[in-house]
Amino acid sequence: MSAPVPVSLLVNGEPIDGLVLPRLNLADFLRENLKLTGTHVGCEHGVCGACTVRIDGEIVRSCLMLTIQAQGTSVETIEGLSDNGEIADLQAAFRERNALQCGYCTPGMLMTAQDLLKHPSVPDRQTIREHLSGNYCRCTGYQAIVDAVEATARKRAERRA
Amino acid sequence: MTVTRAPAEALSVLDRPNSYIGKTVPRPNLDRLLQGRGQYVSDLELPRMAHVVFLRSPHAHARIVAIDADAARRMSGVIAIVTGRELEAVITPWVGVLSHLKGLKSAPQHAIAVDRVCWQGEAVAAIVATSRAAAEDAMEHVSVGYEELEAVTDMRTALDPATPVIHASLGDNLAFERTLDAGDVDQALSESEVVEADFVFGRHTGVTLEPRAVVADWNAAEARLTIYQGTQAPHMVQNIAALHLGLREAQVRVICKDVGGSFGIKVHIYADEMATYALSKLLRRPVKFVADRVESFNTDIHARDHRCRGRIGVGPDGTITAFEIDDLTGIGPYSMYPRTSAIEANQVVNLVGGPYATANYRARARVVFQNKNVMCQYRAVGHPIACSVTEGLVDLAAAKIGMDPVEIRRRNLIADDAYPCASPSGMKFEQLSHHASLTKLLQMMDYDALRAEQMALRASNIHRGIGIASFIEVTNPSAAFYGVGGARISSQDGVAVRLDAQGSVICQTSITEQGQGSESLTAQIVGSVLGVSMERVRVILGDTDNTPYGGGTWASRGAGIGGEAALQAAKALRENVLKVAAAILQSTPAELDIVNDSIVNAADGAPRIELNELARTVYFRPDTLPPGIQPELMATRHFVPRQYPFAFTNGIQAAWLEVDTETGFVTLLKHWVVEDCGTIINPQLVDEQIRGGVVQGLGAALFEKCIYDERGQLTNANMADYLVPMSAEMPDIEIGHVVSPTQESELGAKGAGEAGTAGAAAAVANAVNDALRPFGAIITEIPLTPQVILTALGRI
Repeated sequence: MSAPVPVSLLVNGEPIDGLVLPRLNLADFLRENLKLTGTHVGCEHGVCGACTVRIDGEIVRSCLMLTIQAQGTSVETIEGLSDNGEIADLQAAFRERNALQCGYCTPGMLMTAQDLLKHPSVPDRQTIREHLSGNYCRCTGYQAIVDAVEATARKRAERRA
Repeated sequence: MTVTRAPAEALSVLDRPNSYIGKTVPRPNLDRLLQGRGQYVSDLELPRMAHVVFLRSPHAHARIVAIDADAARRMSGVIAIVTGRELEAVITPWVGVLSHLKGLKSAPQHAIAVDRVCWQGEAVAAIVATSRAAAEDAMEHVSVGYEELEAVTDMRTALDPATPVIHASLGDNLAFERTLDAGDVDQALSESEVVEADFVFGRHTGVTLEPRAVVADWNAAEARLTIYQGTQAPHMVQNIAALHLGLREAQVRVICKDVGGSFGIKVHIYADEMATYALSKLLRRPVKFVADRVESFNTDIHARDHRCRGRIGVGPDGTITAFEIDDLTGIGPYSMYPRTSAIEANQVVNLVGGPYATANYRARARVVFQNKNVMCQYRAVGHPIACSVTEGLVDLAAAKIGMDPVEIRRRNLIADDAYPCASPSGMKFEQLSHHASLTKLLQMMDYDALRAEQMALRASNIHRGIGIASFIEVTNPSAAFYGVGGARISSQDGVAVRLDAQGSVICQTSITEQGQGSESLTAQIVGSVLGVSMERVRVILGDTDNTPYGGGTWASRGAGIGGEAALQAAKALRENVLKVAAAILQSTPAELDIVNDSIVNAADGAPRIELNELARTVYFRPDTLPPGIQPELMATRHFVPRQYPFAFTNGIQAAWLEVDTETGFVTLLKHWVVEDCGTIINPQLVDEQIRGGVVQGLGAALFEKCIYDERGQLTNANMADYLVPMSAEMPDIEIGHVVSPTQESELGAKGAGEAGTAGAAAAVANAVNDALRPFGAIITEIPLTPQVILTALGRI
């Protein structure tokens, strides 16, 4: 185990300077060091998608990335996307459609859905299902989630038109 | 929606202006979860909190010769390293038996293994440190000497004389056996065509996305233990923790906030959780345990691993004359505590043949010990096995006599006007609706058109199948489930409702929330009965200090039992409020009503006084009330079913799928469910319970299996190798309802949480066999992996 090393990054727009062990993964850094507990840890081996965050605009599994790899990047978590209003419509669609039960997969699911919804075209249901296929949900059976994402895509397209 | 019974009276307490009953309203407080601001136990931190990790046995069966933790104890951050022998002084062992399961036996189980480990994954030592990482670092420096013992792994040979007995004191490896013989099976079979098959079920587990998590906080100064745990049954945890730590129940508080999935996984008492409570007491500080994913696979209860030989007799006209089963299941080395591991096999005996009017039924179920992880109740306990065996046999019988699967069901399902009645296994049915459900299902799926499509596609070598499965579901369990067997698991629930000083309502309920919508249904019922808007109802649950005593949420009981308690409490509060209002307004309670947060005239709806004004008067100006009036703006009521041991529900499912006969892959195209859960409080929540349940059943049908080798090693204890349903492979699921309210409660609600899981695998298996009919292949094993299908097709 080597000594702590300094790391500097932006988290939800705030500059963060930390001193972390090289082995500390980004999910643990967000949860334990920064207390951003909306990023959930489900499998710790990159399969379940619960820890999905956005780094420089791309979605990433924070359990598979070391904190020091995030040096100089801009990290966005569910707390950030909630507070800046970016996904307010998607969250409303999830609420309306009951697209969550226990809610543990939800932050990662919203992150991944928003990644698809940033594209201008309205995705069909199978495209939505494929895009979300790396995010595990044990409660809903996925249909309500697909419905909520589809409804949001249509509404955004209407607003653009 | 089809309603089979008219409401008893024209205007019930639920059928009021602005009622929320039967309406889709969003669940309260979802924003917390949507914004990543939930409070799961895995998020919790307390001052001076330590973290525990468990060193677990790599062997399925071994004697512990020595544990050397000296080097580990000297490592930075290590607080304590505790063995089973040391923890024994703090917490007593337990035996998972219940007296109503006659003959059930098990051996004492310790929080941490003492002298011997009985499955791969059993805890051998606890390492407590200032962080989880420090504890894991230290764990690598604890060395344990084992003397490996022969592992009992195959349930089929567990009872052979040559097989070692896991617990010598028990005499053999038989945990439980039940037999049943109703009617005259031999006579019936001798006069019928007989078909038989061996049904094989994979070992499944729940894979809750948040692993099991607990923070135990022993406050030595208060002599009180606070347990923060993701559990379905807080009062049960309170009782068991107190019992084994030598405390009074009043010294234990259990708090359960957000829970990241449960499905029956989090309704049991696990050894490592007991160890965490004990460690907190021993070390006089908060201790946190969160299972990692490998630990979840190795220690969360498994379920379903059954092999069941089934026989069915059928007459030339399609009459089913008899069912016979011989069921075998291996439950691991201990019967789980306190609900026991005999319940699933017991349910299989209870439920096989359940939808049908067949009087002749013989069953044997045997439950054996083995050196694998423990098995116990997981969503839809026993139902998927009973349903797959029953519906698989019915399809085989239909094929034998050349009858359509729908027709044979039409001829044998219990008639909708035959109720109340009982099954050959003694299950009492108040009112079911098999035929109305079947009719509705056929309409929804357009059965004839699908059959035509299937035939047309076969010509172009595309093999699609239709599978149908009727089922019954155990819901609203009375004391018959656990209480009569001596378990301190409450079958009654309580709700307290009070009007606060601004006319809002605070409602404390003993049922719990894991995402089903317990909070929502409680608020909907209370709001409707009281005449208060839902936004003004706040529901408190999951805290033994702050809710009435009750069972919690499991076995599809929350809406039916907790919901009725909420209804009765709200009725009582309403009566109290109207009494006060009558005194203030110089009227009578009968002349008044509560609508939209105000007291109004019952006759013309004219507003009289707002609830917040009434509350202000009661709390701050009681001097202005007439003499002799003592307002009670709080009411508590409890409810438990007494007339029927269980409120049975019923339903039917259909699967439409395609089998690629070259690769063995199954593509699910569509799934339908018609379900009868009685009064529907929130249609959306009911439908989503069913959809989620179906998908769990689809996972069982196609993907899920804990694969053990012959030495008892779990070889796929991770999410990359234990496959679960993901969004891309799942079909859209269409849901319909028939409504037969139970008359045992005013609410009339039965459960819906397990209906989806009960029948999904059976429908899929029948559909796969339907697709493969041209090839003469019959498969009675799940999961239906490509390997299983290609083997049946003779391609590998």
